[in-house]
Amino acid sequence: MSVESWGAVLAEHQADLQASWLAEVAPPLAGRVTRQELERDGRELFGALAAGAAVSGSFSDGAYDELRAVLTELSRSRARQGLTPSETATSVFAVKTAFLRAPGVQPDAAFVALSQFVDELGLFTFEVYVEARERVIGEQSEQLLELSTPVVKLWDGVVAVPLVGTLDSARTQVVMEKLLQSLVDTGSEHAIIDITGVPAVDTQVAQHLLKTILAARLMGAECQISGISPQIAQTIVALGIDFGEIRTRATLADALVHALRSTGADVVRGAGAPARTGR
Amino acid sequence: MSARGGGDEVPIAADADVVRVRQLVRARAQAAGLGLVDLTKVVTAASELARNTLVHGGGGTARVEAVAGTTAGGRPRSGVRAVFVDAGPGIPDVRAALQDGWSSGTGLGLGLSGARRLVDEFDLTSGVGSGTRVVVVKWGR
Ligand SMILES: Nc1ncnc2c1ncn2[C@@H]1O[C@H](COP(=O)(O)OP(=O)(O)OP(=O)(O)O)[C@@H](O)[C@H]1O
Ligand SMILES: [Mg+2]
Repeated sequence: MSVESWGAVLAEHQADLQASWLAEVAPPLAGRVTRQELERDGRELFGALAAGAAVSGSFSDGAYDELRAVLTELSRSRARQGLTPSETATSVFAVKTAFLRAPGVQPDAAFVALSQFVDELGLFTFEVYVEARERVIGEQSEQLLELSTPVVKLWDGVVAVPLVGTLDSARTQVVMEKLLQSLVDTGSEHAIIDITGVPAVDTQVAQHLLKTILAARLMGAECQISGISPQIAQTIVALGIDFGEIRTRATLADALVHALRSTGADVVRGAGAPARTGR
Repeated sequence: MSARGGGDEVPIAADADVVRVRQLVRARAQAAGLGLVDLTKVVTAASELARNTLVHGGGGTARVEAVAGTTAGGRPRSGVRAVFVDAGPGIPDVRAALQDGWSSGTGLGLGLSGARRLVDEFDLTSGVGSGTRVVVVKWGR
């Protein structure tokens, strides 16, 4: 099949080609992409291909702008639907299969087999590449998350740091130093470290927490830990970490109430709040 | 007990690798149906062992895989197994190293002993000059 001749096959048998393309791509995507959507994709794909082929045999030609737009949209929507890169690319490779099945086309069997085999190699490489990229991106976003942990002033004399994500040595150090610095900068006497967003507390994290609390104490400030989930509490106990005299609270709100009370503030319920019976 | 295949091996050469091991163990443990408490325990144990591999063992590898077995009562159960291997200096006195609070450095000395308490099966082999290997298993209930 020469370039002119595939254009001719397309011009003559577009409907057949679309139908065999659909038969090829639909089964593996069943239940994830609707049939209407696939039909529309096929129509757009072959329509744009035919329009381009009428003008040029080179994909880089401006005649294929429309086809590029169709492919872009197809890739984006497949990605949003959670399909793998291979599953997405297969929709394009199926165009070839459709041509090979078109009436009057007699492909060389050996060449077709080789071509399909090489397609699979390409897909495999592509898949591994994307996976590696995603891992890099995942690590970067995780690091960003950890680096952006802010120290917030909750009240006069009370600062808090909500820890989120996995904590590693260098980053925990940064957060802790920031907390100690903000105690100085704001002249606060109360600090709350909230670990609600921390999935696991190991000895390293515990050691950083303990050191920070000790340092805060030496600076004359009291430091509480809040947001210890039941599973983290049990893990800390099993590890054998001794939080000893450190004040721990279930929630940030509890810790704040305690800090406010010890600054001498009255914490009372407003008139609108429901009355509590008993203690 | 049998490995169900599809295990992953990760190199441990930097802090970020410890995070990766943790995430891998978390994913496998979740897939094995471990509850939140057991999940947090095994992730924490893996964190300790991966860091020991990095810090004391000079780096190595972690293998994480799903395992299937049966309870004493013959009920099928699934779990996660993690194997940490390094070719570092080894542990001269394993008994001491497994004691609470014993550290050759400035750590709390709770990593090894704590990890042992956090898992269902714990096996440590170490030889001076020939490295250290720790295998842990945590089962779903
Ligand atoms: N893979 C290893 N290779 C060589 N020595 C090790 C290894 N793992 C542990 N050790 C030795 O065993 C000791 C105890 O380990 P453990 O994890 O309990 O404490 P740690 O790492 O010193 O402190 P942390 O409580 O922060 O974990 C270590 O100090 C170290 O000397
Ligand atoms: Mg340790």
